[in-house]
Amino acid sequence: MNPWRTLWHYNRGKVLAAAALVVFVVWAYTRDPQIVEAVLASSLRLSIPLILGALCGLIGERSGVINIGIEGQMLLAAFVAFLVNVYTGNLLLATLSGMLVGAVLGFFLAFMSVTLRIDQIIGGTVINMLAFGLTGYFYQVGLVTKGKFAPIPIPGLADIPILGAMFFRNPPLTYLTLLLIFVVQFWLFYTPWGLRTRAVGEHPRAADTVGIDVYKMRYLNVTLAGSLAGLAGAYLTLEAVGSFERAMTNGQGFVALAVMIFGRWNPILAWGAALLFGFATALQTQLQFMNAAQIPASLLWLKQIPHQFIGMLPYLLTIIVLAGVGGRTRPPAAVGQPYVKE
Amino acid sequence: MRSVILSITAVLLALLIGAGILLLSGASPIAAYSALVHGAFGDAQAWQRTLEKSTPLVFSGLAVAFAFKAGLFNIGAQGQLLLGAIIAAAVGFGVEGLPAVVHAPLALLAGAAAGAVFAAIAGALKVYTGAHEVITTIMLNYIAINLTDYLANGPWKDTSPGNIVARTPRILDTAALPTWGPVPSGFVLSIVLAAIIYWLLWKTTFGFEIRTVGQNRHAARYAGIRVARTVILTMLISGLFAGLGGAVETQGVVGRYQPGFNVGLGFEGITIALLAKTHPFGVIPAALLVGAMKAGSSQMQFVADVPKEIIDVIQALILFFIAADFLLRRLLRLKAEAGEERLVLSTGWGSGE
Repeated sequence: MNPWRTLWHYNRGKVLAAAALVVFVVWAYTRDPQIVEAVLASSLRLSIPLILGALCGLIGERSGVINIGIEGQMLLAAFVAFLVNVYTGNLLLATLSGMLVGAVLGFFLAFMSVTLRIDQIIGGTVINMLAFGLTGYFYQVGLVTKGKFAPIPIPGLADIPILGAMFFRNPPLTYLTLLLIFVVQFWLFYTPWGLRTRAVGEHPRAADTVGIDVYKMRYLNVTLAGSLAGLAGAYLTLEAVGSFERAMTNGQGFVALAVMIFGRWNPILAWGAALLFGFATALQTQLQFMNAAQIPASLLWLKQIPHQFIGMLPYLLTIIVLAGVGGRTRPPAAVGQPYVKE
Repeated sequence: MRSVILSITAVLLALLIGAGILLLSGASPIAAYSALVHGAFGDAQAWQRTLEKSTPLVFSGLAVAFAFKAGLFNIGAQGQLLLGAIIAAAVGFGVEGLPAVVHAPLALLAGAAAGAVFAAIAGALKVYTGAHEVITTIMLNYIAINLTDYLANGPWKDTSPGNIVARTPRILDTAALPTWGPVPSGFVLSIVLAAIIYWLLWKTTFGFEIRTVGQNRHAARYAGIRVARTVILTMLISGLFAGLGGAVETQGVVGRYQPGFNVGLGFEGITIALLAKTHPFGVIPAALLVGAMKAGSSQMQFVADVPKEIIDVIQALILFFIAADFLLRRLLRLKAEAGEERLVLSTGWGSGE
């Protein structure tokens, strides 16, 4: 079936809610363009690691492999990308090495879940603990970064109201991510490889019967997906923050899984979910920085909330999403089960 | 017996690879490991440090192992432990005029209750909404970190002159747990608790229900076991152990709640539970091993100039080799024992069944 029609059919509520949000944003823009543009741009920035992590998770799960090691993949990739940047100053090389680290950990996860048939959740936990330990062990205080990616405004498009500030004045990794969302969507639903991937995740036995190599598919997909988590890590150190701190991923790899579920294992829907998470955080952060005179009286109470409670927001949102607000979801049928050839 | 051999092999292999990483980074594994052992067991003081470090680990190991028995993965032991630690501190400094025999147990119970309630949230979410406990407990960890930071830096902040850091006031002497010679009383309590869990799991109907749910949820339902109730109660008890671990840490070692003092304890519980093959009595030596590594790591850093985070890497490797028993069995030419339980946590991922 046409995935776009499926999308509309099962997600009318979400699509309509998104439309209402767009109307609200345009209305707010007429009142205070600067703040709206700042919030939107920061929503997009905050959504980048989430959507990359979610893409990594959904490619894995569409192939039948649960990946809760995204957090670790992001963290170690962020660290290595940072180190490469410190020692070579070459941002492209640093990005590629981050992606490579993510892919290597993805291969390791595939090895654990396909070949060793370790419970996939334990396998992911091993990756997380390993990444935490390795970054802690090799981290040295006092390393200074050699710059980060700078924004490249796209001539013409960058001047469009609202959209220009949000989409067309970004650094390269953000553009790359936006492109990747559509590439993965196309790959998953319109190519033979994508079809085989979904078959392997839904019914590996049937896929095997028609000659698809289940093990090869899982190895390949989980490894390639790992490079996306690696890109998320590289994004954090090379574009968003510019330096590395211990445990800097701060649970984003796990929040990405909620984004994936909220987006029903569909890249474009997941991106909508990631933007929603980004928007919630960006809005709250903006409120913290504004002084009382700038905030409408009806919203002043928001400013009284201690910052720790605002820090809880993405995690609370994740729990709410997982609790099925916005409808029950159905993951790929064979997810989590090791496949044993007959 | 075979599972003991597997566990020991896993530890040895992890130490071997750890030595490789030390060599790669230009350190001497022999110097590092001998400093580690000396720091953990070198003298009476080192022994006490090891026991102190092991105490909360027995609790968090028991918490994770107990949940595993029902097929539940409580990654949230960390958050439950933090809440237990701060609530015990609040009762410890806030309630006055009680004799020690009442005050100390009261603070312990309050901490345990806090952990229990917090974990039960994840259990209830799983049962009623299908949200998988792996993600909800991780999210609850971050919520607990923020909540405790707020409390220690806000309403419960230590306002004594000269204090600028986020921490609660010192607990009263009546709430402190004694140390008998080198043995912290909390360690003795943890052993008693391990025995109680053993009894609960293998000598009571409730324990049978828990294990049945863990083996096959559908069969359990078919047999008339109330699965929802069992899942929530298992999480509740698991969180109770974790909360108690935090309370013991506050009342026995730290003396107050201070952010950053209990980091990692809950996650180490995962390694410990799996190293113990989820058996309550196995948790004690496993916790002693990890506790010894933690106790010796400072000395290792000081004497051999090796960052103490290497023990986190070694723990992750232990977890890997334990989980990869398929690999180890081939290596050791061991066959699976009859009636051996296999751990499956990924069922119900995202769908709640």
